[in-house]
Amino acid sequence: MKLPIYLDHQATTPVDPRVLEAMLPYFSEKFGNAASRSHSFGWAGEEAVEKARRQVGALIGASPKEIVLTSGSTEAINLALKGAAEMYASKGRHIVTSQVEHKAVLDTCKHLEKLGWEVTYLKPSRTGLVSAESVAAALRDDTVLVALIWANNEIGTLNPVRAIGELCHAKGVLFFADATQAVGKVPVDVEADHVDLLCLSAHKIYGPKGVGCLYVRRRNPRVRLVAQMDGGGHERGMRSGTLNVPGVVGLGKACELCRTDLEQDAAHARALRDHFERRIFAELDHVHLNGDPQQRLPNCSNVSFNYVEGESLIMGIKDVAVSSGSACTSASLEPSHVLRACEVGDELAHSSIRFGFGRSTTQEEVDYAADDVIASVKRLRELSPLYEMVQEGIDLSTVDWSADH
Amino acid sequence: MAYSDKVLDHYNNPRNVGSLDKGRQNVGTGVVGAPECGDVMKLQIEVEGDRIVDAKFKTFGCGSAIASSSLATEWIKGRTVDEALEISNTEIVQELSLPPVKIHCSVLAEDAIKSAISDYKSKQAAGAAQERRQGQEQGAR
Repeated sequence: MKLPIYLDHQATTPVDPRVLEAMLPYFSEKFGNAASRSHSFGWAGEEAVEKARRQVGALIGASPKEIVLTSGSTEAINLALKGAAEMYASKGRHIVTSQVEHKAVLDTCKHLEKLGWEVTYLKPSRTGLVSAESVAAALRDDTVLVALIWANNEIGTLNPVRAIGELCHAKGVLFFADATQAVGKVPVDVEADHVDLLCLSAHKIYGPKGVGCLYVRRRNPRVRLVAQMDGGGHERGMRSGTLNVPGVVGLGKACELCRTDLEQDAAHARALRDHFERRIFAELDHVHLNGDPQQRLPNCSNVSFNYVEGESLIMGIKDVAVSSGSACTSASLEPSHVLRACEVGDELAHSSIRFGFGRSTTQEEVDYAADDVIASVKRLRELSPLYEMVQEGIDLSTVDWSADH
Repeated sequence: MAYSDKVLDHYNNPRNVGSLDKGRQNVGTGVVGAPECGDVMKLQIEVEGDRIVDAKFKTFGCGSAIASSSLATEWIKGRTVDEALEISNTEIVQELSLPPVKIHCSVLAEDAIKSAISDYKSKQAAGAAQERRQGQEQGAR
């Protein structure tokens, strides 16, 4: 077992050897520009890209013609939101999204608000779920787009996408799903799930960083977007720029592996995740699970260890790589907006740690991590004035922290 | 986040972790920060004469916060109360090589020292006032 152990698979994933192997010829051997129509170097690149489109399409139930290749999900989100908002501005200028979206969605919405769009940010349940009812209640005559995260990157909660998609279609409103964390973990079918726009990113599914795509529906309805990257007219005029051919090949192969290995990967991750949580909850007290215990990703575990601050815990488990919702770990010193929206309380937000299990995670690694976490939490509770007060029977919610002592 | 060796040292081997009996007349207790901010420090001092003979701390916070408060107890032990009041957060920042984003941890540690001393002093003042009242009652009999 090698140290350090990587348990941050929502942040990124290692490139699968099979993906790397597929990519390599396209760096120095078959290095042509896929848009070079006049010679075999270009044709080889084009062929590889078209194969990748088919592989991506097969994973999500889309036609290869509906795949717009980008530099990742963030770019795809920008294209979807800004592109649709601008295209359909004469129909309306209202967008519905949620408070627990990725910053790429929230920041893009803020940008649109500055330009005159109105955005409704739906509040999720305590477990981070956005209900179809709350979406329905927010829809107006001038709503042009609903943008929601499929699987939450911080707490793993899965939204009822199919129900929301159905109701959007019934109302003639476009539905964009951020499936970055969902693909390869849960089944995604743009037809059955009534999705009009969808983004995904290679580096979350054992592919390379710097490449992803936006699915843009062509039928029922045909979705049109105003391009955000102008230039040579690539990707049917929706996204100009020479394609990152090796990256695209990697994206395609990664998607193919997700499709063939989905059940196996999910079962593997879920077993390890469940085992880890069983140990944590059995061997420690005052532990709180963030996110929905049922409706969630199979490989994500976001836990708050009360009375122990997240960054200090991460320091304690130095051979295990994870991330935290604590303010101390963010450059802005603000705790996670997702945990805030779920109203777990700032105290629990500061003590949260996210564990992400992956394709290559082993039982041995999980037990090592559990041992390390349990020991570190116990040690840090010895240092914690809050834990001491709780042991003395003090109810922390009654304490006036602004008083001198 | 790369920590300085000193921060790591204090984190792995914190000095003076624990509690003093806050009911004792010569013990001052300072609690600063708030759980919502992710930083709470409890710092206690035991004073004999005008000298701090013992200090203990407990901290809920990041590695830099733990190190700052651990260092604070190390520095004030053996100093007089007045000398302890002179400790400034910038000295803590320098000693631990804290980056700008962690400077507030050192500020909280300085606040904790001052809060513990303030508590000690108000206990002394209350004790002295109590004695005076008792003396007056006795004199009046």
